Amino acid sequence: MKNYVHIENVQMSFSTRKGEFVALKDIDLDIARGEFITLIGHSGCGKSTLMNLVAGLLKPSDGILLCADREIAGPGPERAVVFQNHSLLPWLSCFENVYLAVERVFGANEDKAQLTIRTHNALELVHLTHAEQKLPNEISGGMKQRVGIARALAMQPKVLLMDEPFGALDALTRAQLQDELMKIVAKTNSTVIMVTHDVDEAVLLSDRIVMMTNGPAATIGEILAVKLARPRNRLELAGDVEYMRLRSEVLRFLYERHAHPAAA
Amino acid sequence: MKFRRYFGEQIFPPLIGIGLFLIVWMILAQGSEALPGPLKTWDSAVALFSDPFYQHGPNDQGIGWNILNSLGRVGVGFGLAALIGIPLGFIVGRVEFIDKMTSPIISMLRPVSPLAWLPIGLLVFKAANPAAIWVIFISSIWPMIINTAMGVRQLPQDYMNVARVLNLSEWKIFTKILFPAAMPYMLTGIRLAVGTAWLVIVAAEMLTGGVGIGFWVWDEWNNLNVEHIIIAIFVVGIVGLLLEMLLVRLAKRFSY
Repeated sequence: MKNYVHIENVQMSFSTRKGEFVALKDIDLDIARGEFITLIGHSGCGKSTLMNLVAGLLKPSDGILLCADREIAGPGPERAVVFQNHSLLPWLSCFENVYLAVERVFGANEDKAQLTIRTHNALELVHLTHAEQKLPNEISGGMKQRVGIARALAMQPKVLLMDEPFGALDALTRAQLQDELMKIVAKTNSTVIMVTHDVDEAVLLSDRIVMMTNGPAATIGEILAVKLARPRNRLELAGDVEYMRLRSEVLRFLYERHAHPAAA
Repeated sequence: MKFRRYFGEQIFPPLIGIGLFLIVWMILAQGSEALPGPLKTWDSAVALFSDPFYQHGPNDQGIGWNILNSLGRVGVGFGLAALIGIPLGFIVGRVEFIDKMTSPIISMLRPVSPLAWLPIGLLVFKAANPAAIWVIFISSIWPMIINTAMGVRQLPQDYMNVARVLNLSEWKIFTKILFPAAMPYMLTGIRLAVGTAWLVIVAAEMLTGGVGIGFWVWDEWNNLNVEHIIIAIFVVGIVGLLLEMLLVRLAKRFSY
């Protein structure tokens, strides 16, 4: 399916005290099933807004958003979100946090034992079986984010939306989670839209990089296809000519043609 | 070594404070005919607490019965306030329209001394005991509503986004997100409510009579038994302190 997620002529404006603020305009994007898309751009370019539109957390001022040929009318578990700050409920254990999502999606057709197995499997996928019964405050930031990913994956979403999921983590943990995410995505064949401001992350993970111009009235500047073979290995890629070309392509877009207004 | 340090930092300063307090009290008592000193009060307290649960008719009962009666009134009045105030707080916090609707009334009634409601209670219930409970109810209900509503309002948007993405039912949102998130605020409300209720009960009982620590103070004033009045002050203070400690301990269990 070539246009599993279909975004057509979308505009998003917010009413502020100073009047109408146009955050996004003329957004057109088609995403194929199983594709890994990253949205990259300077802060304030509306990349999170675009992701929230797909999530259904925001409603567009104008335009059409479809997911699997159905209009996106509001948030729903078929478009699971991994939030930047993990957003785990602090009074529930890791297991219960994931179970809450599993129960919501599969509770109507499956019994408790089946739901429990699903939850265990999701946590096993992110290597957290040993921390199932811990509260979110008892585990590290990287582990919390892994629970967030497990919660999202356990819902078996049509599209996995990730809003700078590794932005708050240190570089080593981030690399480790990126590798894990690549393996999981390969295994589950998920369709992913990830918001990031990390150039290496974008090139390493994506099938296509959607580069956004600066706001206000931001739009898609360029789309860069990343045709590196999978599975990808960050060490091998570090010296790869194609990788370096793609990387400098993104850097040129961000720092030459669309330098941040404050830096220019 | 460890014990000495603990003693020096944790035990010694309060002991000095209590000692100084007793000395000042003693000096004041020395210069006054009416005010009994600490020793005389202590003797009287020992006699009083040697038989706390005697019953010589409705107007002469042991100190234990008086304390329990007052605690009972506070419990019933506070319990009713919690039963009504907490659900009301959730509704006020969740529905903006109702928040705006009720806020002028709550803001106006909250600063009124609960004792001002006593005549209304007497008028409606035509009995002293329910009227005293009514006063406790009124004094407890405002902090319960206001703090619960605040807890619901302060719910981080992140948690609501989780609920929206998962499409949780209103009942699941309440049990899994709203209630636990508002719990610490609710407990603060409970602590404030119990604190004021315990403050107010003494005054309310002085006015209504019956068996209770407030009435007992008034009775001993009529008997000119000043030692007993001082004992009552300490008893009220210590019971209040114990209630506070209990609730703080409870609140600690629910801080995430």
